[in-house]
Amino acid sequence: MSDIKQLEQLASQIRRDIVRMVHSMSSGHPGGSLGCTDYFTALYGEVLNYDSSNFDMDAKGEDVFFLSNGHISPVWYSTLARHGYFPISELSTFRQIDSRLQGHPTTAEHLPGVRMASGSLGQGLSVAIGAALAKRLNRDNGIVYTLHGDGELQEGQIWEAAMSAPHHKIDNLIATVDFNNRQIDGDVTDVLSLGDLKAKWLAFGWEVLEMEGNNMESVVSTLKHAKTLCGKGKPIMILMKTEMGAGVDFMMGTHKWHGVAPNDEQLAQALEKLEETVGDY
Amino acid sequence: MSLNDFNPNEKKDTRSGFGAGLHELGKRDDRVVALCADLTGSLKMNAFADAFPDRFFQAGVAEANMIGMAAGLTIGGKIPYTGTFANFSTGRVYDQIRQSVAYSQKNVKICASHAGLTLGEDGATHQILEDIGLMRMLPNMCVINPADYWQTYNATLAINEWDGPVYLRFGRPSWPMFTTKDQAFEIGKAWKINDGSDLTIIATGHMVWYTILAAKELENHNIKCDVLNIHTIKPIDENAILDSVSKTKCVVTAEEHNRHGGLGDAVAQVLAMNFPAPQEYVAVNDTFGESGKPADLLKKYGLDVSDIVAASKRALARK
Repeated sequence: MSDIKQLEQLASQIRRDIVRMVHSMSSGHPGGSLGCTDYFTALYGEVLNYDSSNFDMDAKGEDVFFLSNGHISPVWYSTLARHGYFPISELSTFRQIDSRLQGHPTTAEHLPGVRMASGSLGQGLSVAIGAALAKRLNRDNGIVYTLHGDGELQEGQIWEAAMSAPHHKIDNLIATVDFNNRQIDGDVTDVLSLGDLKAKWLAFGWEVLEMEGNNMESVVSTLKHAKTLCGKGKPIMILMKTEMGAGVDFMMGTHKWHGVAPNDEQLAQALEKLEETVGDY
Repeated sequence: MSLNDFNPNEKKDTRSGFGAGLHELGKRDDRVVALCADLTGSLKMNAFADAFPDRFFQAGVAEANMIGMAAGLTIGGKIPYTGTFANFSTGRVYDQIRQSVAYSQKNVKICASHAGLTLGEDGATHQILEDIGLMRMLPNMCVINPADYWQTYNATLAINEWDGPVYLRFGRPSWPMFTTKDQAFEIGKAWKINDGSDLTIIATGHMVWYTILAAKELENHNIKCDVLNIHTIKPIDENAILDSVSKTKCVVTAEEHNRHGGLGDAVAQVLAMNFPAPQEYVAVNDTFGESGKPADLLKKYGLDVSDIVAASKRALARK
């Protein structure tokens, strides 16, 4: 349990980073970032095999993570910095001119930890399949992880990839969908409903798991269980129930904080709810 | 070498030059992998697929996913070659190429057959005439349009040594073979086919052969043409263009592409910035194509040998 407690403490710090980063430029996507904070904290803290001190694009012998819904970059940047990929102080440059921390992640600025640009939605699963095939050809036991938004699943390319991975018997891929039922214009069920998502992925030939994305124990145990399912002939999809804005009460229960930054007063309110555990940047 | 030395008696399709080059690359470099979107026979990728089944991935009719897979395969050191028709290699997957390949600086080779009018009978839905422009506009993208079988073969080998994304454009019809297997292919370096002082003609792709025929005809009228084959449209060989046009003082460009965005505009940009000179375009006049035989289509859309001759006379008159 002490491990879970430590992860929760780091998650609180990452949430502070997120709201401060987005506030500083009055720009960014806090809602999804906050909702996925527990996933990122568990993934980089307990699950992923990586060497942050020696970032290598080819990731030979390492696991690889792709963020397909690139707009939740604040949570990824904070996580990467908090795990030693680059200085924590650099978080203060988010979305500023000349920064490596672009609004959406890019390889163009050579930020350690990022292997693919994302932002235009729907592309990350295809990229992950390619990286998984490269690992197979290289006899590399590393696992490829991706994260997607649920709104992102409205992109057609996702379903091309959904067909493709089982066809190629990809079994070193663990994809996760942030299933919060929120997108910019409203609830996913109102904008363009996804139907029975679990049945869809099962029908496409994936192993499907479900987890409570804002419960650290559920996230850690599900991700670890998913790893044990690798190498068995099927790609793995985790449907992760989250609350957009999780951890900041006034950002929860609505889609309105998808892409809106808090003002000074709202920032202060948010930080009151989030304990500073390992030090602000 | 003079224009009269070009008397090819053999024809082959440029896509077969790609297929042979890819097969050869597979033998030379085990980093090379290939992906195809349900057009393996049309792209002549069967030899590679049969010889290296572990390195060939059938993507199905899902081009966006194919481009993404190719981008991902580079992570781990593979050199992916994607194959489908030019229309589905560019317009259909532009955003995937833009974000996952060009902006992400991935070493993907996008290989596109059936470009231009000479696709023939399938008609306008498949005859893309905008692809050079689309791909030229992408930062980090190298754009190559070889002229015959051996030049396509050699280009296929050469792009493997180029560290970054490449668009390689070729076609379907049997076409005269006038380059040789041992002819050097240097990316970004024009091939000077003929020396002349009156007029420069710059051509790419299938139009290079028609340009040779036009230059022969002009020579019969005592008009001496500098003939340049620009196979690499980006990065373009500015020195070769400026060396020639500063001598001849006028230029004709010939391409199997819309007059907007292609070779002609690339040449015009070089000249406008450095040495403004009269230029005439031999290109499709901002329209879509239609079904028909390749030679008939080239004639109807203003890309015949006689069109190059006529454009040359217009350019000369503007000097």
